[in-house]
Amino acid sequence: MIFPMLHVFLALIASPLLLSVINRTKAFFGGRTGAPILQPYLDIAKLLRKGTVYSRTTTWIFRAAPSVELASVMAALAVTPLGAIPALLPFQGDLVFLAYSLGLMRFFTVSAALDTGSAFCGMGASREVQFSALAEVALLVGLAAAACLFRVFSLTDICRQAWAAGPVSWEGGGTLLLVAASFLVVLLAENSRIPVDDPNTHLELTMIHEVMILDHGGPDLAFIEYAAALKFWILGSLLVSLALPLRFADPLPDLAAGLIGLFFLAVTVGVIESVMARLKLVRVPQLLVVAGVLSFLALFDVMR
Amino acid sequence: MQSFLDILMILLVLLNFRLLGASQLGTCVHSVAFQAVIIGLLALLPHGLAPSWTWLMVGAVTLVKAVVLPGLVRRAMRETGVMQELEPFLGYTVSVILGVGLLAASFLVARPLRVPAGGMTQVLVPVTIFTMLTGLYLIIARRKAITQVLGFLVMENSIYLFGVAFAVEESWLVQAGVLLDVFAAVFVMGIMIYHINREFDNIDTDRLSDLKD
Repeated sequence: MIFPMLHVFLALIASPLLLSVINRTKAFFGGRTGAPILQPYLDIAKLLRKGTVYSRTTTWIFRAAPSVELASVMAALAVTPLGAIPALLPFQGDLVFLAYSLGLMRFFTVSAALDTGSAFCGMGASREVQFSALAEVALLVGLAAAACLFRVFSLTDICRQAWAAGPVSWEGGGTLLLVAASFLVVLLAENSRIPVDDPNTHLELTMIHEVMILDHGGPDLAFIEYAAALKFWILGSLLVSLALPLRFADPLPDLAAGLIGLFFLAVTVGVIESVMARLKLVRVPQLLVVAGVLSFLALFDVMR
Repeated sequence: MQSFLDILMILLVLLNFRLLGASQLGTCVHSVAFQAVIIGLLALLPHGLAPSWTWLMVGAVTLVKAVVLPGLVRRAMRETGVMQELEPFLGYTVSVILGVGLLAASFLVARPLRVPAGGMTQVLVPVTIFTMLTGLYLIIARRKAITQVLGFLVMENSIYLFGVAFAVEESWLVQAGVLLDVFAAVFVMGIMIYHINREFDNIDTDRLSDLKD
C-alpha cells in the first residue's frame, strides 16, 4: 500500500518536471541553455498568485471546467499503475474508467472553449474533438488488445504481467510492441506535442490545445497546466509499463525503473519534437488512423 | 524463434498498410521490395541458417523479387515520369480504414485454416490472405498503371508466402513457375505502360475507357 501511495505522491510532485525535461531536451537540440528545470513550477506558482478575469458571455461551465479537469485527471491517476507498482485504487474494468476520465477532462476543456463564444476557441475545440475521436479508438482498442493478451481486465494486472514477462521472453512481444507504438502516437496527440500540435506557439492558426485555453487566466490556467502535466504522467506511465518490461522482484527498484522509464520517455518526446516538424493539419487524422490500425492489428493478433 | 517470426509477420502487415496509405510511388516500390526480403527470410528461417540448396534457391528468388522487378518498375517510372499517384479512386485515409476491414475479414476467413506443422506461425494464413487482398485492392482502387503493376507484385508476394507455408520442402518448383509468370507479366506490363504513355501522353488507365467509338 505504501508504494502505490508513493507513486501517486511522486506523480503529484514531479509531473511538471517531465515537461521541463522535454523543454531542456529541445533546448539542447536547439543549442540553447533552456529554461530553468523548475520553470513549470514557477509558472504555476505565478499563476496561482494572480486573479482571474471572466468574460461576461461565459457561464458557470467556464468557471467549473478547470476544477473538473483537475479532478478527473486525478481520478484517472488513482487507477494508473506504474509497471509492477499497482494503482492506488485498482478495480476490474478500470481501463475503461481511465479512458473516460480523460474523456471527461477533454469534454470540459472543449465545453469551456465553446462557452467563451469566441470563434478562435471554437475552432480549437472543433479540432480537438476531431482528433481525439480518432485517438480514443486507438487508446481503447490498444487497451483491449493488452487486456485480451493477458486475460485480465484491470490496468494494474495488465501492467504487472507485461512488466513481469521480462524483456527477452515476451509471451506476446509483437502485440505489446504494436500497442506501445500506438500509445506513443496517442500520447503525442493527447498531450498536444509536436507532430500533432505545437505546445510553444500562441495565436497561431493551426494549433489546438493552446487555442482552447486562451481565455483562462490566473488559478484557472494554473489548474489546466497542472492537469495537462498529470495527463502526460498518466499516459506516459501506461506506455512505460507496456513498452519497457524490466523485471525486479522488489518494489523499490521497480519504482525506480518506472521513474527512469518516464524520464527516458520525456527525453524521447523531446527528441521527437526536435527532429520533426509539425504535420500538416490534414495529415494529422492519417497519423491517428495509423495508430488505430496498429491497435487493431494487435487486437487481431491476440484474438486469432 | 516463434516470436521473431511473429514480428516479421507484423512487419509484413504494416508494409501492406504503408502500401495502402502512401501516395509516393517510390515508397510503394520500396515497400514491395522490403516485403520480398521479409518473405525470403520467412522461407529460410525454418530450415536453419546452414547453407544448402534451398538457401541458394530462395536467395536467387528473393534477389529477383527485391532487386530486379522493383528495378523494372522504377525504370518504367523514370521513363513515364510518373512519381506520384495523384488522384486515386479512394483516398489514402479511407484506404487505410478499409484495410483494417480487410485485415479483420482475413483473420475471420483464416480461422478454420491451420498451417501444417513445420515451424511456421499460425498468423501466416491470415497475413497471406490480407497481402493478397491488399494487392487486389491496389489494382482496383488506383488509377495509374504502375500502381496496378505494384498490386500485382504484392499478390505474387502473397502467393509465394503461401507456397512457403504449404510446400515446405519442395516448394521452389512451384515458386519458380509463379516467378516466371510474374516476370513475364511485369515485362509485358512495362512494355505496355511505355506504349500507352507514348501514344496517349499519360498512363491513367480509366481514360482507356474513353476510347469507345
